[in-house]
Amino acid sequence: MATVTLQEIIKPENLVYKKTDLMTDKALSYCPGCGHGTAHRITMEVLEELGMEENTIGVAPVGCSVLAYEFMNIDMTQAAHGRAPAVATGIKRVWPNKIVFTYQGDGDLAAIGTAETIHACNRGEKIVIIFVNNGIYGMTGGQMAPTTLPGMKSSTSPYGREVEMMGNPLKMTELVAQLPGTYFVSRQAVHTPAAVRRAKKAIRKAFENQRDNKPGLSFVEIVSNCNSGWKMTPTDANKWMEDNMFPFYPLGDIKMDGQLLK
Amino acid sequence: MGELKLMKGNEALAEAAIRAGADAYFGYPITPQSEVIEYLMAEKPWERTGMVVLQAESEVAAINMVYGAAGAGKRVMTSSSSPGVSLKQEGLSYIAGSELPCVYANVVRGGPGLGTIQPSQADYFQSTKGGGHGDYRQIVLAPASVQEMSDFVKLGFELAFKYRIAVLILSDGVIGQMMEKVELFDPIPRMTDDEIVEKYPWATTGKKKGTARRIITSLDLDSHKMEEHNHHLQAKYKTISENEVRYELFDCDDAEYIFVAYGSSARIAQKSVQLARAKGIKAGLFRLISLYPFPGKEMAALCKKGVKGWLAVEMSAGQMVEDVMLSVKGCAKVAHYGRYGGIVHSPEEVLHAMEEKIIGE
Repeated sequence: MATVTLQEIIKPENLVYKKTDLMTDKALSYCPGCGHGTAHRITMEVLEELGMEENTIGVAPVGCSVLAYEFMNIDMTQAAHGRAPAVATGIKRVWPNKIVFTYQGDGDLAAIGTAETIHACNRGEKIVIIFVNNGIYGMTGGQMAPTTLPGMKSSTSPYGREVEMMGNPLKMTELVAQLPGTYFVSRQAVHTPAAVRRAKKAIRKAFENQRDNKPGLSFVEIVSNCNSGWKMTPTDANKWMEDNMFPFYPLGDIKMDGQLLK
Repeated sequence: MGELKLMKGNEALAEAAIRAGADAYFGYPITPQSEVIEYLMAEKPWERTGMVVLQAESEVAAINMVYGAAGAGKRVMTSSSSPGVSLKQEGLSYIAGSELPCVYANVVRGGPGLGTIQPSQADYFQSTKGGGHGDYRQIVLAPASVQEMSDFVKLGFELAFKYRIAVLILSDGVIGQMMEKVELFDPIPRMTDDEIVEKYPWATTGKKKGTARRIITSLDLDSHKMEEHNHHLQAKYKTISENEVRYELFDCDDAEYIFVAYGSSARIAQKSVQLARAKGIKAGLFRLISLYPFPGKEMAALCKKGVKGWLAVEMSAGQMVEDVMLSVKGCAKVAHYGRYGGIVHSPEEVLHAMEEKIIGE
């Protein structure tokens, strides 16, 4: 039997997976095990598959994904903390034919940027918001976030989040789904291959809505882990997320085609 | 001759935005400048030129809409009054760091805090010394008439795009609210999308295949690169300070006593010069048009021609006067006079202050 060399296998027709050209070759700055890398990749894959590369402007937040523009190989603007929906509004209003999206974490979107988020959603800005919720401020070293669960420990709730003193976690996604300006609202995860496929489908739907000029904003939350902030191994963090985050932040579509799902 | 109209300063500013080919205005209502967005909404510039007008949820959101649209190469503008302009400082610092062009107006009211809705010039420090965080400057133009409220919008956009910098039209409640005759400049057509893509290669307009992506950011975690970026910014500010000084002199040829003022205080001090001359006092007026860059060299040169004293007239407790002192550096006496907290001084008060604080001593 003839032996097959590696060089003979590396042919275009044998290609089963290729990193999207819309991700740069720069090594990700995220911690090993973090969901941001996957969330970045599927967002960029969707843009590539929909042929939106030349027509898209992304807005990066402040937080762990502040450097998203280093990895996303498209035109990008870095916004002040929490202001991404306003920045995206400005871009979309003067370039209505472009595809505009923000990529934001929970501190950015649900604490300092609550007003910008709610009003961009309520105005029905024709943009996409991708919201990565890991229940903690990862970049600054693990402080309590607006989405930190009751009892969950962080460096500013070292004995656990006491809701009487520190307030309740904010379910931003359910909140924006109530607003007439949102057209599509979904909550997903990226910790298993099946979850990644569903998340990518939701992100694709969001960008298709914008492409098709659907009336309103498309909002996709990705519940993710923060193994270093949560002080767990990546696999333990994913398990903890399934056991604790998902019951509080249930996955699935919340609003489709402008209609709340029962 | 352009179209003549009787207009409020705020309305002239708004009309000028449409005529200057602005692509968008984002704003939030606040007294005494709400006529800007009211005029725009009533005028429907989206039908006249395609210009976008949007009332934002806050001044913070408005300046960040400006940031986004300016980063995408468009001519954008906002306006507010003192408390609202304080809210915009974060965004303005990002605009400075990212080197984005934009024009904004502050129709100043008395402070601090919520202060009053009456005119003031107490935002000079905020306007000329930074306002937000970090080492940065912005071009500051001070209109003294409704005419200049209009003209400086056009000039402001020219300078903003020439240097990729924010241009502040530092007005006040008098200039914003009063009505005067204004000759409106002929409309400049808005740039087409293709022209913007061609002319502003730095703007985020969508990355063409095989080209480098554009990134609008003020961040660099490498401090050495950030220092380099700061050197670049300082070099730009130096060029601006050498080329964009603007001022006007009244009766300064033989003047021994000079009032220094800008905006509505300059209008008042011009009358004080007439009153002084009628009394035989050789007075003149140095009217600042650009507050940054500050015409300090020109002031120093004039001082050497036999000026005995300067009176900085401003509706504040004494802010611009510090720059006058730094500029004339002991060549002649410098004092300050001004009412503040929303009170406007009279020409007589101003002349009296010159007699008492400069001439009398």
